[in-house]
Amino acid sequence: MKTTDQTLDEILSLAAAHFKVSKEKLSPDDDFFQTLGIDSLQTLDLLTKLENHFHVELPDYELQGVSDFRTLAGKIQARL
Amino acid sequence: MPGITKDKKVPAAKHETRTVSQWSGNALSWGVADGVIELRLHRTPCNELGSASLEELEQFVTALEGMQAEAHALIIYSEMKLGFCAGADLRELYQRSQAMDKSQAVKGVRHFLERIHRVLNLIDAAPLTTIAAVHGVTFGGGFELALACDLIIADKMARFCFPELRLGLIPGFGGIPRLKRDLGNAVVRDLLLTGRSVNATKAQQIGLVSQVVGEGEALRAARATAAQLKKFDHATAVAAKKFIKPIPYEELQREIELFCDLFASPAVEAGLRKFVESTDAQPYLP
Repeated sequence: MKTTDQTLDEILSLAAAHFKVSKEKLSPDDDFFQTLGIDSLQTLDLLTKLENHFHVELPDYELQGVSDFRTLAGKIQARL
Repeated sequence: MPGITKDKKVPAAKHETRTVSQWSGNALSWGVADGVIELRLHRTPCNELGSASLEELEQFVTALEGMQAEAHALIIYSEMKLGFCAGADLRELYQRSQAMDKSQAVKGVRHFLERIHRVLNLIDAAPLTTIAAVHGVTFGGGFELALACDLIIADKMARFCFPELRLGLIPGFGGIPRLKRDLGNAVVRDLLLTGRSVNATKAQQIGLVSQVVGEGEALRAARATAAQLKKFDHATAVAAKKFIKPIPYEELQREIELFCDLFASPAVEAGLRKFVESTDAQPYLP
Protein backbone atom coordinates (compact mmCIF):
# COMPACT_ATOMS: atom_id res chain seq x y z
CA MET A 1 0.00 0.00 0.00
CA LYS A 2 1.20 3.50 -0.81
CA THR A 3 2.31 5.79 1.97
CA THR A 4 0.69 9.21 2.31
CA ASP A 5 3.92 10.80 1.09
CA GLN A 6 3.87 8.64 -2.05
CA THR A 7 0.24 9.53 -2.67
CA LEU A 8 1.02 13.21 -2.21
CA ASP A 9 3.95 13.02 -4.59
CA GLU A 10 1.83 11.33 -7.24
CA ILE A 11 -0.89 13.96 -6.85
CA LEU A 12 1.66 16.72 -7.39
CA SER A 13 2.96 14.94 -10.51
CA LEU A 14 -0.54 14.46 -11.92
CA ALA A 15 -1.56 18.06 -11.23
CA ALA A 16 1.64 19.39 -12.77
CA ALA A 17 1.21 17.28 -15.90
CA HIS A 18 -2.49 17.99 -16.32
CA PHE A 19 -2.28 21.74 -15.84
CA LYS A 20 1.10 21.99 -17.57
CA VAL A 21 3.11 23.54 -14.76
CA SER A 22 6.47 22.54 -13.41
CA LYS A 23 6.16 20.11 -10.49
CA GLU A 24 8.88 22.06 -8.68
CA LYS A 25 6.50 25.01 -8.50
CA LEU A 26 3.98 23.00 -6.50
CA SER A 27 4.24 22.31 -2.81
CA PRO A 28 2.03 20.15 -0.57
CA ASP A 29 0.47 23.04 1.33
CA ASP A 30 -0.25 25.21 -1.69
CA ASP A 31 -3.79 26.38 -2.30
CA PHE A 32 -4.23 24.58 -5.62
CA PHE A 33 -6.94 26.96 -6.80
CA GLN A 34 -4.47 29.83 -6.55
CA THR A 35 -1.28 28.04 -7.55
CA LEU A 36 -2.82 26.38 -10.58
CA GLY A 37 -5.19 29.27 -11.30
CA ILE A 38 -8.17 26.93 -11.63
CA ASP A 39 -11.86 27.13 -10.79
CA SER A 40 -14.25 24.49 -9.50
CA LEU A 41 -15.03 23.03 -12.94
CA GLN A 42 -11.34 22.62 -13.72
CA THR A 43 -10.89 21.01 -10.32
CA LEU A 44 -13.31 18.32 -11.45
CA ASP A 45 -10.81 17.41 -14.16
CA LEU A 46 -8.18 16.96 -11.48
CA LEU A 47 -10.59 14.86 -9.42
CA THR A 48 -11.25 12.59 -12.42
CA LYS A 49 -7.53 12.26 -13.08
CA LEU A 50 -6.94 11.30 -9.46
CA GLU A 51 -9.82 8.80 -9.37
CA ASN A 52 -8.60 7.16 -12.58
CA HIS A 53 -5.00 7.05 -11.38
CA PHE A 54 -5.64 5.75 -7.86
CA HIS A 55 -8.69 3.63 -8.81
CA VAL A 56 -10.80 5.19 -6.09
CA GLU A 57 -14.10 7.03 -5.93
CA LEU A 58 -13.98 10.34 -4.17
CA PRO A 59 -17.38 11.98 -3.73
CA ASP A 60 -16.98 15.65 -4.58
CA TYR A 61 -18.79 16.75 -1.42
CA GLU A 62 -15.90 15.29 0.59
CA LEU A 63 -13.70 17.85 -1.11
CA GLN A 64 -15.80 20.85 -0.10
CA GLY A 65 -13.39 23.22 1.60
CA VAL A 66 -10.32 21.23 0.56
CA SER A 67 -7.89 23.48 -1.25
CA ASP A 68 -4.39 22.12 -0.54
CA PHE A 69 -2.62 19.06 -1.92
CA ARG A 70 -1.77 17.59 1.49
CA THR A 71 -5.39 17.45 2.66
CA LEU A 72 -6.41 16.08 -0.72
CA ALA A 73 -3.79 13.33 -0.34
CA GLY A 74 -5.27 12.42 3.04
CA LYS A 75 -8.75 12.10 1.50
CA ILE A 76 -7.43 9.77 -1.19
CA GLN A 77 -5.29 7.79 1.23
CA ALA A 78 -8.40 7.05 3.29
CA ARG A 79 -9.95 5.30 0.28
CA LEU A 80 -6.96 3.24 -0.90
CA MET B 1 -24.10 34.10 -38.09
CA PRO B 2 -27.06 32.05 -36.97
CA GLY B 3 -29.72 30.72 -39.24
CA ILE B 4 -27.65 29.83 -42.26
CA THR B 5 -28.89 26.74 -44.00
CA LYS B 6 -26.90 25.24 -46.78
CA ASP B 7 -27.53 22.27 -48.97
CA LYS B 8 -24.73 21.37 -51.25
CA LYS B 9 -23.62 18.41 -53.30
CA VAL B 10 -20.33 16.89 -52.28
CA PRO B 11 -18.54 14.28 -54.41
CA ALA B 12 -18.18 11.13 -52.35
CA ALA B 13 -17.27 7.72 -53.72
CA LYS B 14 -17.14 7.02 -57.45
CA HIS B 15 -20.58 7.17 -59.09
CA GLU B 16 -22.06 8.65 -55.93
CA THR B 17 -22.98 12.10 -54.74
CA ARG B 18 -23.93 12.78 -51.13
CA THR B 19 -25.97 15.66 -49.84
CA VAL B 20 -24.63 17.72 -46.97
CA SER B 21 -27.07 19.93 -45.06
CA GLN B 22 -25.70 22.38 -42.56
CA TRP B 23 -27.00 24.96 -40.14
CA SER B 24 -25.02 27.14 -37.80
CA GLY B 25 -26.30 29.09 -34.80
CA ASN B 26 -24.86 30.84 -31.75
CA ALA B 27 -25.22 27.92 -29.37
CA LEU B 28 -25.22 24.94 -31.68
CA SER B 29 -24.77 23.81 -35.24
CA TRP B 30 -25.66 20.73 -37.17
CA GLY B 31 -24.88 18.97 -40.37
CA VAL B 32 -25.78 15.70 -42.03
CA ALA B 33 -23.46 13.67 -44.18
CA ASP B 34 -23.37 10.00 -45.14
CA GLY B 35 -26.52 9.34 -43.17
CA VAL B 36 -25.18 10.72 -39.91
CA ILE B 37 -26.53 13.91 -38.38
CA GLU B 38 -24.04 15.66 -36.12
CA LEU B 39 -25.28 18.20 -33.59
CA ARG B 40 -22.42 20.31 -32.22
CA LEU B 41 -22.82 22.32 -29.02
CA HIS B 42 -20.62 25.41 -28.84
CA ARG B 43 -21.94 27.96 -26.39
CA THR B 44 -19.35 29.37 -23.96
CA PRO B 45 -18.40 28.52 -21.31
CA CYS B 46 -19.90 25.01 -21.22
CA ASN B 47 -23.13 24.92 -23.24
CA GLU B 48 -25.39 26.15 -20.45
CA LEU B 49 -28.98 25.63 -21.56
CA GLY B 50 -30.94 28.87 -21.47
CA SER B 51 -33.62 30.44 -23.65
CA ALA B 52 -31.30 31.10 -26.61
CA SER B 53 -30.02 27.53 -26.66
CA LEU B 54 -33.56 26.22 -26.31
CA GLU B 55 -34.71 28.21 -29.34
CA GLU B 56 -31.92 26.69 -31.41
CA LEU B 57 -32.67 23.20 -30.08
CA GLU B 58 -36.28 23.72 -31.17
CA GLN B 59 -35.06 24.66 -34.63
CA PHE B 60 -32.95 21.53 -34.60
CA VAL B 61 -35.82 19.15 -33.78
CA THR B 62 -37.93 20.82 -36.46
CA ALA B 63 -35.13 20.26 -38.98
CA LEU B 64 -34.60 16.75 -37.63
CA GLU B 65 -37.97 15.66 -39.02
CA GLY B 66 -36.75 16.51 -42.50
CA MET B 67 -33.27 15.05 -42.03
CA GLN B 68 -34.52 11.74 -40.61
CA ALA B 69 -35.40 10.51 -44.07
CA GLU B 70 -31.75 10.63 -45.14
CA ALA B 71 -30.11 9.56 -41.88
CA HIS B 72 -29.73 6.50 -39.70
CA ALA B 73 -27.84 8.04 -36.78
CA LEU B 74 -27.52 11.23 -34.77
CA ILE B 75 -24.40 12.17 -32.81
CA ILE B 76 -24.50 14.97 -30.24
CA TYR B 77 -21.19 16.35 -29.00
CA SER B 78 -19.61 19.48 -27.59
CA GLU B 79 -16.84 21.63 -29.00
CA MET B 80 -16.25 23.26 -25.63
CA LYS B 81 -13.11 22.28 -23.73
CA LEU B 82 -14.79 22.16 -20.32
CA GLY B 83 -17.20 19.46 -21.30
CA PHE B 84 -20.40 18.30 -22.92
CA CYS B 85 -22.83 20.57 -21.07
CA ALA B 86 -22.94 22.10 -17.59
CA GLY B 87 -26.75 22.04 -17.50
CA ALA B 88 -29.39 24.73 -17.20
CA ASP B 89 -28.32 28.36 -17.33
CA LEU B 90 -28.87 29.05 -13.63
CA ARG B 91 -27.89 32.71 -13.94
CA GLU B 92 -30.57 33.33 -16.53
CA LEU B 93 -33.09 31.32 -14.51
CA TYR B 94 -32.34 33.32 -11.37
CA GLN B 95 -32.29 36.72 -13.07
CA ARG B 96 -35.52 36.12 -14.95
CA SER B 97 -37.31 34.84 -11.88
CA GLN B 98 -36.15 37.90 -9.92
CA ALA B 99 -37.70 40.21 -12.48
CA MET B 100 -41.24 38.94 -11.85
CA ASP B 101 -43.51 37.87 -9.01
CA LYS B 102 -43.45 34.28 -7.79
CA SER B 103 -46.49 33.03 -9.68
CA GLN B 104 -45.25 34.55 -12.94
CA ALA B 105 -41.80 33.06 -12.34
CA VAL B 106 -43.27 29.59 -11.83
CA LYS B 107 -45.39 30.02 -14.95
CA GLY B 108 -42.29 31.01 -16.93
CA VAL B 109 -40.34 28.02 -15.61
CA ARG B 110 -43.20 25.68 -16.50
CA HIS B 111 -43.30 27.05 -20.05
CA PHE B 112 -39.53 26.59 -20.41
CA LEU B 113 -39.72 23.03 -19.06
CA GLU B 114 -42.57 22.07 -21.36
CA ARG B 115 -40.60 23.35 -24.35
CA ILE B 116 -37.40 21.55 -23.44
CA HIS B 117 -39.30 18.36 -22.63
CA ARG B 118 -40.80 18.48 -26.11
CA VAL B 119 -37.30 18.78 -27.61
CA LEU B 120 -35.83 15.96 -25.53
CA ASN B 121 -38.85 13.71 -26.09
CA LEU B 122 -38.44 14.12 -29.85
CA ILE B 123 -34.73 13.27 -29.62
CA ASP B 124 -35.52 10.33 -27.30
CA ALA B 125 -38.09 8.89 -29.72
CA ALA B 126 -36.38 9.85 -32.99
CA PRO B 127 -36.38 7.02 -35.56
CA LEU B 128 -32.59 7.02 -35.62
CA THR B 129 -29.93 5.64 -33.36
CA THR B 130 -28.82 8.55 -31.23
CA ILE B 131 -25.40 8.80 -29.61
CA ALA B 132 -24.16 11.33 -27.05
CA ALA B 133 -20.37 11.61 -27.36
CA VAL B 134 -19.42 13.23 -24.07
CA HIS B 135 -16.33 14.56 -22.34
CA GLY B 136 -15.71 16.60 -19.20
CA VAL B 137 -18.63 18.18 -17.39
CA THR B 138 -21.92 16.41 -18.14
CA PHE B 139 -24.09 17.89 -15.42
CA GLY B 140 -27.76 18.49 -14.77
CA GLY B 141 -29.51 19.42 -18.00
CA GLY B 142 -26.45 18.26 -19.95
CA PHE B 143 -26.73 14.86 -18.33
CA GLU B 144 -30.44 14.90 -19.22
CA LEU B 145 -29.66 15.66 -22.86
CA ALA B 146 -27.26 12.70 -22.92
CA LEU B 147 -29.90 10.47 -21.26
CA ALA B 148 -32.33 11.23 -24.08
CA CYS B 149 -29.89 9.52 -26.46
CA ASP B 150 -29.80 5.77 -27.10
CA LEU B 151 -26.09 5.40 -26.36
CA ILE B 152 -23.60 7.42 -24.35
CA ILE B 153 -19.97 7.15 -25.41
CA ALA B 154 -17.74 8.81 -22.84
CA ASP B 155 -14.21 10.13 -22.86
CA LYS B 156 -12.54 8.82 -19.70
CA MET B 157 -12.43 12.39 -18.38
CA ALA B 158 -16.23 12.72 -18.53
CA ARG B 159 -18.05 13.37 -15.26
CA PHE B 160 -21.78 12.97 -14.65
CA CYS B 161 -23.80 14.66 -11.96
CA PHE B 162 -27.28 15.70 -10.92
CA PRO B 163 -26.47 18.50 -8.46
CA GLU B 164 -30.05 19.84 -8.29
CA LEU B 165 -30.87 18.65 -4.78
CA ARG B 166 -27.90 20.64 -3.57
CA LEU B 167 -29.85 23.72 -4.71
CA GLY B 168 -33.21 22.61 -3.32
CA LEU B 169 -34.46 21.36 -6.67
CA ILE B 170 -34.82 18.19 -8.67
CA PRO B 171 -33.69 17.63 -12.27
CA GLY B 172 -36.36 19.15 -14.49
CA PHE B 173 -35.46 18.25 -18.07
CA GLY B 174 -36.69 14.66 -17.84
CA GLY B 175 -33.69 13.23 -16.02
CA ILE B 176 -35.52 11.35 -13.31
CA PRO B 177 -37.92 9.30 -15.49
CA ARG B 178 -35.11 8.54 -17.94
CA LEU B 179 -32.71 7.47 -15.19
CA LYS B 180 -35.45 5.26 -13.73
CA ARG B 181 -36.04 3.77 -17.15
CA ASP B 182 -32.38 3.02 -17.75
CA LEU B 183 -30.85 2.17 -14.36
CA GLY B 184 -31.55 0.31 -11.14
CA ASN B 185 -33.38 2.32 -8.52
CA ALA B 186 -30.54 2.11 -5.97
CA VAL B 187 -28.23 3.79 -8.47
CA VAL B 188 -30.85 6.42 -9.24
CA ARG B 189 -31.18 7.18 -5.55
CA ASP B 190 -27.42 7.43 -5.15
CA LEU B 191 -27.05 9.89 -8.03
CA LEU B 192 -30.07 12.03 -7.16
CA LEU B 193 -30.13 12.00 -3.37
CA THR B 194 -26.39 12.60 -2.86
CA GLY B 195 -25.93 14.96 -5.82
CA ARG B 196 -22.42 13.58 -6.20
CA SER B 197 -20.59 13.41 -9.48
CA VAL B 198 -19.28 10.15 -10.90
CA ASN B 199 -16.59 9.52 -13.48
CA ALA B 200 -16.96 7.68 -16.79
CA THR B 201 -15.63 4.39 -15.45
CA LYS B 202 -18.19 4.36 -12.65
CA ALA B 203 -20.89 5.46 -15.11
CA GLN B 204 -20.06 2.47 -17.29
CA GLN B 205 -20.08 0.11 -14.29
CA ILE B 206 -23.61 1.17 -13.40
CA GLY B 207 -24.85 0.75 -16.96
CA LEU B 208 -25.16 4.37 -17.94
CA VAL B 209 -22.32 4.53 -20.44
CA SER B 210 -21.95 2.24 -23.41
CA GLN B 211 -18.24 2.77 -24.13
CA VAL B 212 -15.41 4.54 -22.30
CA VAL B 213 -12.64 5.76 -24.57
CA GLY B 214 -9.40 7.72 -24.22
CA GLU B 215 -9.21 11.47 -23.85
CA GLY B 216 -10.46 13.25 -26.95
CA GLU B 217 -11.67 10.01 -28.56
CA ALA B 218 -15.43 10.08 -27.87
CA LEU B 219 -16.44 11.66 -31.17
CA ARG B 220 -14.23 9.29 -33.17
CA ALA B 221 -15.74 6.31 -31.38
CA ALA B 222 -19.27 7.66 -31.92
CA ARG B 223 -18.58 8.08 -35.64
CA ALA B 224 -17.22 4.54 -35.85
CA THR B 225 -20.36 3.27 -34.11
CA ALA B 226 -22.59 5.27 -36.46
CA ALA B 227 -20.71 3.83 -39.46
CA GLN B 228 -21.38 0.32 -38.17
CA LEU B 229 -25.10 1.05 -37.75
CA LYS B 230 -25.33 2.08 -41.40
CA LYS B 231 -24.89 -1.59 -42.35
CA PHE B 232 -28.18 -2.53 -40.67
CA ASP B 233 -31.63 -2.44 -42.21
CA HIS B 234 -33.01 0.94 -41.18
CA ALA B 235 -36.64 -0.14 -40.74
CA THR B 236 -35.54 -3.00 -38.46
CA ALA B 237 -33.37 -0.68 -36.39
CA VAL B 238 -36.27 1.76 -35.99
CA ALA B 239 -38.69 -1.04 -35.01
CA ALA B 240 -36.17 -2.46 -32.51
CA LYS B 241 -35.63 0.93 -30.89
CA LYS B 242 -39.35 1.54 -30.57
CA PHE B 243 -39.76 -1.88 -28.91
CA ILE B 244 -36.75 -1.51 -26.58
CA LYS B 245 -37.09 2.11 -25.49
CA PRO B 246 -40.42 3.24 -24.06
CA ILE B 247 -40.83 6.97 -23.48
CA PRO B 248 -42.17 7.55 -19.93
CA TYR B 249 -44.48 10.43 -20.93
CA GLU B 250 -46.65 10.29 -17.81
CA GLU B 251 -43.70 10.43 -15.43
CA LEU B 252 -42.09 13.16 -17.48
CA GLN B 253 -45.19 15.30 -16.99
CA ARG B 254 -45.19 14.53 -13.26
CA GLU B 255 -41.58 15.64 -13.07
CA ILE B 256 -42.56 19.04 -14.47
CA GLU B 257 -45.30 19.36 -11.85
CA LEU B 258 -42.97 18.45 -9.00
CA PHE B 259 -40.25 20.79 -10.25
CA CYS B 260 -42.70 23.69 -10.42
CA ASP B 261 -44.02 22.95 -6.91
CA LEU B 262 -40.48 22.97 -5.54
CA PHE B 263 -39.43 26.01 -7.53
CA ALA B 264 -41.92 28.14 -5.62
CA SER B 265 -40.20 27.40 -2.28
CA PRO B 266 -37.98 30.03 -0.60
CA ALA B 267 -35.16 27.49 -0.29
CA VAL B 268 -34.72 27.44 -4.06
CA GLU B 269 -34.45 31.20 -4.36
CA ALA B 270 -31.89 31.28 -1.54
CA GLY B 271 -29.91 28.40 -3.04
CA LEU B 272 -29.87 29.90 -6.52
CA ARG B 273 -28.90 33.32 -5.19
CA LYS B 274 -25.94 31.91 -3.27
CA PHE B 275 -24.83 29.94 -6.30
CA VAL B 276 -25.22 32.76 -8.81
CA GLU B 277 -23.70 35.46 -6.62
CA SER B 278 -20.75 33.37 -5.46
CA THR B 279 -17.34 34.46 -6.66
CA ASP B 280 -15.58 31.61 -4.87
CA ALA B 281 -13.48 29.16 -6.82
CA GLN B 282 -15.77 26.53 -5.32
CA PRO B 283 -19.27 27.94 -5.92
CA TYR B 284 -21.95 27.43 -3.34
CA LEU B 285 -23.06 23.82 -3.41
CA PRO B 286 -23.83 22.44 0.06
